[in-house]
Amino acid sequence: MTDTPLVSVRDLHIGAVTDSGRNVEIIRGVDFDIAPGEMLALIGESGSGKTTIALSLMGHTRRGCDIKGGTIRVGQHDITGMSERKRARLRGSDVSYVPQSAAAAFNPSKRIMDQVVEAARIHDMMPLEKARERARSLFRALALPDPDTIGDRYPHQVSGGQLQRLSAAMALIGDPELVIFDEPTTALDVTTQIEVLRAFKRVMKDGGMAGVYVSHDLAVVAQIADRIVVLKNGEIQEQGTTEQILKAPKHPYTKELLAAFDPVPHEPVAQVEPEKETPILEVRNLCAGYGPMKDGEPLAKVMRDVNFELYRGRNLGVIGESGSGKSTLARAVAGILPAYRGEVLLDGKVLDPSLGKRSKQELRRAQIVFQLADTALNPAHSVGAIIARPLKFYKGLRGEACEKRVIELLNMVHLPPALRHRLPSELSGGQKQRVNLARALAAEPELILCDEITSALDTVVAAAILDLLKELQQELGLSYMFISHDLSTVEAICDDVLVMYKGEVVEALPAARMSDEATHAYSRLLVSSVPQLDTGWLAGLEQDPELLAAFSDR
Amino acid sequence: MLRSTTTWILVGKRLGIAFLTLIIVSFAVFFATEMLPGDVAQILLGQAATPEAVAGLREAMGLDEPALQRFLGWLAGLATGDMGRSYVNGIDVAELLGGRLQNSLRLAGIVTAICVPVALTLGIVAAMYRGSWLDRAVSVATISVISVPEFMVATLAVLVFAVWLDWLPALSYGVNVDSIGAMLRAYAMPVITLSFVVSAQMIRMTRAAVIETIETPYVEMALLKGASRQRMVLVHALPNALGPIANAVALSLSYLVGGVIIVETVFNYPGVAKLMVDAVSTRDLPLIQSCAMVFCVSYLTLITLADMVAILSNPRLRQ
Repeated sequence: MTDTPLVSVRDLHIGAVTDSGRNVEIIRGVDFDIAPGEMLALIGESGSGKTTIALSLMGHTRRGCDIKGGTIRVGQHDITGMSERKRARLRGSDVSYVPQSAAAAFNPSKRIMDQVVEAARIHDMMPLEKARERARSLFRALALPDPDTIGDRYPHQVSGGQLQRLSAAMALIGDPELVIFDEPTTALDVTTQIEVLRAFKRVMKDGGMAGVYVSHDLAVVAQIADRIVVLKNGEIQEQGTTEQILKAPKHPYTKELLAAFDPVPHEPVAQVEPEKETPILEVRNLCAGYGPMKDGEPLAKVMRDVNFELYRGRNLGVIGESGSGKSTLARAVAGILPAYRGEVLLDGKVLDPSLGKRSKQELRRAQIVFQLADTALNPAHSVGAIIARPLKFYKGLRGEACEKRVIELLNMVHLPPALRHRLPSELSGGQKQRVNLARALAAEPELILCDEITSALDTVVAAAILDLLKELQQELGLSYMFISHDLSTVEAICDDVLVMYKGEVVEALPAARMSDEATHAYSRLLVSSVPQLDTGWLAGLEQDPELLAAFSDR
Repeated sequence: MLRSTTTWILVGKRLGIAFLTLIIVSFAVFFATEMLPGDVAQILLGQAATPEAVAGLREAMGLDEPALQRFLGWLAGLATGDMGRSYVNGIDVAELLGGRLQNSLRLAGIVTAICVPVALTLGIVAAMYRGSWLDRAVSVATISVISVPEFMVATLAVLVFAVWLDWLPALSYGVNVDSIGAMLRAYAMPVITLSFVVSAQMIRMTRAAVIETIETPYVEMALLKGASRQRMVLVHALPNALGPIANAVALSLSYLVGGVIIVETVFNYPGVAKLMVDAVSTRDLPLIQSCAMVFCVSYLTLITLADMVAILSNPRLRQ
């Protein structure tokens, strides 16, 4: 390692023009260096400017953004002073990029191999056959299956985890000095994430390349970064070695980020005496699926034979990876996707499988809150109108009484009443999720089905939503069915956990005993895959390779 | 490229849908014309005709048979190429239509050959250099052309090129087309007018489709791999924009057969659209129906072709 840093950024200012034509500064005077071979993490919540900074290292700003001042130097090149043509010569050869969503970053109409070797072709680095040979050796190094033939496929023919590793191969083909990773594992399941992180770490170390790792997840960053830069609102709050940031944070914001990781033990609200009580929700042999029906069964059976009981005032967590059938379970219970077999009982009474045939009262008592508040809230309606709809539908409230209730509901989810005149697009992610929740509460339900409601939120915001859920439970005596892929979220709020895998419940046990007493092989794998705030966790993690092979056929 | 059986099944299904649409449309055409007010026999014989004469003519023309029976007969005729006879002059409709259709297709062909390459190039270039002076110039020009009605363009073209400059003949038909030069002169004005109208929409849609794909993450990824702007657009964005572009082109071109009545009238060009309007004024039902079917077939053909392009250019559909 030499003393001159590979990258140095000085007093970087980036401005943006908003849709309404206002100029705002989104990066306000950022300085940092990266030594050759070093991995630097940029950490912060959404809107902190971490991706903007990472992209500016390649001389690229998204539409509407502009570098207003400061200098960026990479190797011998002054990025800020260069023409676009010269910058293009650096991209893919000296500096390369691993995108957040590889699924979106691969061109759907071109074969994977053509896209992986494209950078080498553009910069005329090596003959085509040699580039392909190098790509195949990268596929091998990244532990991809069928390294010799996977390049002949189209992007939609491989899994998300594989695509993410393929995108790393795409970045490494030109043997760059600096690789930018833009939240490369955020879209992956925890069990897949480990594989991908390991593969990244290995090839970066072998190649001696420097890297920038953009993420909001401190635990992931702890495994891969040498140094961490903590960002908020386009300013650096704190920077230091990974050890120092994790063990001895100085800035209050860093401390807040770390605090969001501390497990908050969940205190059960209600004690159950199963002999005396009827469960608020009971599910018996529930099966659901998609596609054309044949002999009373759908073509794709996504979920089979699910059984559970949920008692009043208690919370049930449903956990599993994408495609495990957990969201299907919520949709089948709600009746959005009618189950083809089995029963759903609300307070001891059997519900019709289909939403349309349930009575208004049955509908009112069980509400569902969806993952993406962005798409669940009508962008053309004001917050007030959105919350007033269930009030009119279930309660027949009109005029002043309705308005009064809307304000009460907004207070309940800790939003200012004036917000009712705004449109969803004018709210932040956390505020939108609160509105989404207020709409469910408007029906005065006894049961709320929460489908990944914190997954799209930043750690700190998600923790606040969980606190709100607990508080509402205390006040209103609600029960939650909480669907998530994140074990720590489920542990923070649930009394019992169902672990789902490939459409079946593989294990059911109390949440408090999940980490220590889970017995099913997949549950164990899931528990052991949750990243810990410990720099040595990934290196020290030993997972049974056969187990991994059995459960991660991706 | 390898296309598997599933692709061909999709293509086959699409063709099946086109055929079914055609049957439904023929049904609609037949009964819509049935519902036109007025009685053919009455009109043919004039005000002074006796009721007996009218009834006799109706029987002779087969008009007193049930509508459904006449529809099936008509459909069977169409399938074998027999479009019936004109009520007005007793000539075979196929004969009346044949020459006119040739004229229309020739005009449409020339306009297509000029417009499609020009419009696609302009649309793609405007998208590639979005926000540049070129993009703005193209946008202003296309919007002005879209907002000016075509009879205005046609009339202005006559005023400028035929009356003031005296370069081109004002009428396209009846002029001697004995040399290539004369033919070019005869076609110049209708072609110019139609090109304006048709390509403006195509340019705008192409530009929008390409811009939409330029904003996808995979095109940004290409930029971050060091691709030039040309490469980003031509290699990465365009193949994925083919579906919507093909549809825009098909929609614009479908106008060239049936929708050109104003241009045909202004330049006195003997095409199918003019034939149909004449047929309506004489209440010549077989002719109206046949013209309508010609329009539908050309429209359906174009739209089906566009859908085929969309299916074949999408690797997800040709697994």
